[in-house]
Amino acid sequence: MFISRVSRFGTQMVKRLTKGTLTSAPKTGNLPKVYNYFFHSLKHQTFSTTTAHEEGDKEVEEISVTFVDKDEMETHIKVPIGMSMLEAAHEHDIELEGACEGSCACSTCHVIVRDMEYYNKLEDPTDEENDMLDLAFGLTETSRLGCQMTAKPELDGICLELPSATRNFAVDRYAKAT
Amino acid sequence: MKMAIFQARTWFARTFSTVASHPLRVCVVGSGPAGFYTAEKMLKAHQEAQVDIIDRLPTPFGLVRSGVAPDHPETKIVVNQFTRVAQHECCTFFGNVTLGSSVTLPELRELYDVVVLAYGAESDRVLGIPGEDLSGVYAAREFVWWYNGHPNCRYLNPDLKSSDTAVILGQGNVALDVARILLRPTTELATTDIASHALAALEDSAIRKVYLVGRRGPAQAACTAKELREINGIKDLHVHIKEADLLTTPEDEEEMRNNRIRKRVYELLSKAATTRASHPCSDPRELHFVFFRKPDKFLESNERSGHVSGVRLEKTKLIGDRPGERMATGTGQFEDLGCGIVLKSIGYKSVPVDGLPFDHRKGVVPNVRGRVLSDTSGDPMLLEKGLYVCGWLKRGPTGIIATNLYCAEETVASISEDLKQGILASSSSAGREGLLQLLDSRNVRVIPFGEWEKIDSEERRLGSLRNKPREKLATWEELQKVARE
Repeated sequence: MFISRVSRFGTQMVKRLTKGTLTSAPKTGNLPKVYNYFFHSLKHQTFSTTTAHEEGDKEVEEISVTFVDKDEMETHIKVPIGMSMLEAAHEHDIELEGACEGSCACSTCHVIVRDMEYYNKLEDPTDEENDMLDLAFGLTETSRLGCQMTAKPELDGICLELPSATRNFAVDRYAKAT
Repeated sequence: MKMAIFQARTWFARTFSTVASHPLRVCVVGSGPAGFYTAEKMLKAHQEAQVDIIDRLPTPFGLVRSGVAPDHPETKIVVNQFTRVAQHECCTFFGNVTLGSSVTLPELRELYDVVVLAYGAESDRVLGIPGEDLSGVYAAREFVWWYNGHPNCRYLNPDLKSSDTAVILGQGNVALDVARILLRPTTELATTDIASHALAALEDSAIRKVYLVGRRGPAQAACTAKELREINGIKDLHVHIKEADLLTTPEDEEEMRNNRIRKRVYELLSKAATTRASHPCSDPRELHFVFFRKPDKFLESNERSGHVSGVRLEKTKLIGDRPGERMATGTGQFEDLGCGIVLKSIGYKSVPVDGLPFDHRKGVVPNVRGRVLSDTSGDPMLLEKGLYVCGWLKRGPTGIIATNLYCAEETVASISEDLKQGILASSSSAGREGLLQLLDSRNVRVIPFGEWEKIDSEERRLGSLRNKPREKLATWEELQKVARE
């Protein structure tokens, strides 16, 4: 079991690294995100191996997340602890935009948390995230950026809606014009 | 593996669709965010589509390259996504092709089933006040193009040495970008992709005071929180705001209650006003927010004839009671503000081409959800068949990169609907081959995406020698030369 864990971490690491070199431009803005993920997964791997042995609990390594697209179609996915919702969406071909690739410099990965109860379990958005949310289309009380939401055990079962762009665009433009 | 399946799937789909009918020939004019998002959405929605993107520059990406400030590298990451679109097997980029001279709009419409105009706004609104033509008065767009290495403004050479004061008219994000570039320590700019001619001029700059002038108050300022937060974070920069200007009226409060951005911007301005530098520094710089003032005339220098020496401002007050729509009106009180350079950041303006319906009052192409209308009467029946708009040309020069995502989605939805209804259909039009033949006959030397990639790698190579992410080639000659090597 331990070996499989190690090898899985290794695979993840290789995957992350390749992904990084393939997609990131030669700038540093989105690097901390990747390191952060390493750190999270490393911490989690060590932690869960021990608890699993000591307590015999079935440890939570992945959480269930539901994405609802603009046609109300639901996609249920498993997201490893520590992974951002943006990355998770992309790994499952969910059409969540990510223009700045997770560096909190655009508002394209805007998602709406369906349940206020789950929204309250999230850490408060930083000033930087709020600055970007200011510019998001169809902002709601429970809006967040997918790139800034990291999977953690409390979020198991969370449901995230993708804002309906076209409808919001028309409404937004109307609102601004009147 | 996933990739292989995906490729096989698209191959099947393409083979099937080309057997079934002609490809849908689409031409997108302009390769900025609006153009690339349109191409991306078209390719996703219509597997039979063959999308060609043309641009008058040898380089793609529009304002992501020539508008986004050099110290905002995160905002430029979106070019990775646009590059993947350009590399899509059904998409082609042709640089160095100018609509109106290389190829006319009627010709393009003849060659393609669908033409989407997404060429943005390459001119500027004017104030129409005396002295606007004096030297030293620039459009902020020109200054932005200059520091971003746009070949049209390579030799702008703005005068940054004869005075320590610059006045920026406008308080939107472009105004804040320009102020930041003028005031930020050049050691911090040196590691960005700022054009080297601009960096050299800024290193020598005498500008130490910048005035940002707005017609309305801090509760109506047009900038966003991110840009303001950055200003507050610049080392050794003192931000000045008159305390009296920060007093709010019940109308202001009402406006801010209904507008999250305005509220957060006001809070940041208040915070900036009360923050004082804790230690004296060797090279202090000042940024003054001047509210409730509108420019009345530009003053000419006594010593240097034909050159600006200041701006006469008129005090304003707000009238009207509808939140968000109150207008500034002059009070008849004037004051002069001396400076050596003025940058007008009062808005961009689109330029029409021959054969294109244009609403000169609004500065946009008349359209219904991206479908071009024959005139400005607004009659939705008078459609220009096969002609669409997206981006600033469609909705005016506002919004962020992401706005174009939704804008493109709307335009592509209109195209899809028209295809479904049979208003549009793929035909045996000449498309790409026809365009290339025409351009060849006119000796227009097309720069395809592969040649842009040569420019890109040369710029990165030159940049790495100077510890910059890239060193932009900023003249037409250099760009053409590297592309052809």
